[in-house]
Amino acid sequence: MTTEHDIAPPGAAARPTTGRAPRRPRALGGAAARLAFLGPGIGYLIVLLIVPLALIVGYTVFRRGRFGGVVYEATTENFTRLFDPLYFDIVVSSVRTATLTTLIALLIGYPTAYVIAGLPRKWKTIALVAIVLPFWTNFLIRVYAWVILLSGPGLVNETLTGAGLIDEPLQLLYNQGTIVTGLLYSYLPLMVLPLYAAIERLDPQLREASANLGARPVRTFWSVTLPLTLPGVLTGCVFVFVPCLGNFVIPEILGGGRSIMVGNLIRDQFLKARDWPFGSTLALAVIAVLVLLLFVQAWAARINGGAEDRRA
Amino acid sequence: MPRRRLIYVPFWATYVFLYTPIVVLVVMSFNAGKSPYVFEGVSLKWYGELAGDDTVLHGLVNTLIVAAGSTVLSTVLGTLLAVGMARHSRSRLLDALGLLPAVLPDLVLAIGLLVFYAAVKMTLGLHSVILAHTVFGLAFVAAVVRTRLVHADTSLEEASRDLGASPLTTFVRITLPTLAPGIAAGALLAFTLSLDEFVIAFFTAAPTEPTLPIVIYSMVRFGVTPEINALATILLAVSFTVIIVAQRMTRLTESLS
Repeated sequence: MTTEHDIAPPGAAARPTTGRAPRRPRALGGAAARLAFLGPGIGYLIVLLIVPLALIVGYTVFRRGRFGGVVYEATTENFTRLFDPLYFDIVVSSVRTATLTTLIALLIGYPTAYVIAGLPRKWKTIALVAIVLPFWTNFLIRVYAWVILLSGPGLVNETLTGAGLIDEPLQLLYNQGTIVTGLLYSYLPLMVLPLYAAIERLDPQLREASANLGARPVRTFWSVTLPLTLPGVLTGCVFVFVPCLGNFVIPEILGGGRSIMVGNLIRDQFLKARDWPFGSTLALAVIAVLVLLLFVQAWAARINGGAEDRRA
Repeated sequence: MPRRRLIYVPFWATYVFLYTPIVVLVVMSFNAGKSPYVFEGVSLKWYGELAGDDTVLHGLVNTLIVAAGSTVLSTVLGTLLAVGMARHSRSRLLDALGLLPAVLPDLVLAIGLLVFYAAVKMTLGLHSVILAHTVFGLAFVAAVVRTRLVHADTSLEEASRDLGASPLTTFVRITLPTLAPGIAAGALLAFTLSLDEFVIAFFTAAPTEPTLPIVIYSMVRFGVTPEINALATILLAVSFTVIIVAQRMTRLTESLS
């Protein structure tokens, strides 16, 4: 179906006949239509998202009941416990693990996205689909695959002994490195995609100009390419960091239950210890880290945006 | 020249890293032996075992019920919300509310819903998972439909209004047909996400009615059996087919329009 409007250039529909902004045109009805469209969705999100989050925040100041449940008696003991080294160290080490995973993902993901962005059109699509494909398979099975690969008689040890590099199978499973590998494997596509989008948008003329002005490739990368793709870098980092921090499945399957993360701690407070107030406090700590991260991201994006304005 | 080649090392490393585990899983699913590590010859026996596994089949049926239910709810609520957000609201707060389920860690949403269900004394079952999956499902549907709305031409809707059609008529006769491809894409996304969702289902499902990811979780936790490899291979084949078909279909519709 082709109407005249489909052929009209973008923005033509917003010709100043009415003087309206093109994106948010006049409401199509009064308050009744507003309510009919927005009411159900907002209502649903308030009841099943905002209220549950409010409950978590509220529970942090109450005491646990003797048989689970909550006694509505105000206390600060949950927060005192949070800063007990026994728990606080786990929160800190989880942040460290998530940060390490994010950095490695960035180091591998950036060159990968860079190469993909430079491929011919047909290969570009194939390369991108190949990045996303593993992501659409069951998450638990992808993690489980590493148990097979890294176990004593698994492929990695077989290859290493076969090549004569080692005599005895290495203990590759159930340590911090295994957890990072699993996290990296699960969330690397989330780093590559925003990076690809950012690099793809980059005007190749800028790099040419930099080279023509005598900058060597390394200098061009640090002064032109990287600063201009920083928003993509930040988005990718948030996309990887967030699911890493709250994860409890990967530490459990690949960490062997010995090296736990804050996600395991939260899960156990809810399903085993039945200490919901303390579990809520730990969840609030995770939320606090993420909010901090989003603020940093917004701040860095604004600084970067300002730099771009000056350049323009 | 060798310097330029250097950048291909992480590029190829990424693909080797992503696909080695998958290849090993698939190869091992045809293993005749009992070991999940050592290949002892080709056989389909683990696929046979899988077909006779009632727990897996029960989980699969539950997953399909949950995915279908939450997709219907998500699509209706998400589409209405997207239209409302694009045409009836300028609120930044509302935009943030719509994005929240997508950026919130699944574990936080999961425990929040568990606490909420307990507070309103709702029993857990498949319905509690359907309601839970709709929270993120509707957010994704709304996001997908909205991108289409932003690019959509509003003059048809305005013409319809100017000619005296009621908001409802305009919505049903003009807005919905224009949005149909976006709604379909959003529904497909909600369905796929629900099929694979584990954490929220783990907290909100009744122990007697596990979804397939919960069944896989207990299989993976309590012992390594080649049956998991067979299941993994089937799931891989299904996902890959769906993605390739979807890819072809988008290309087809693009070339048609």
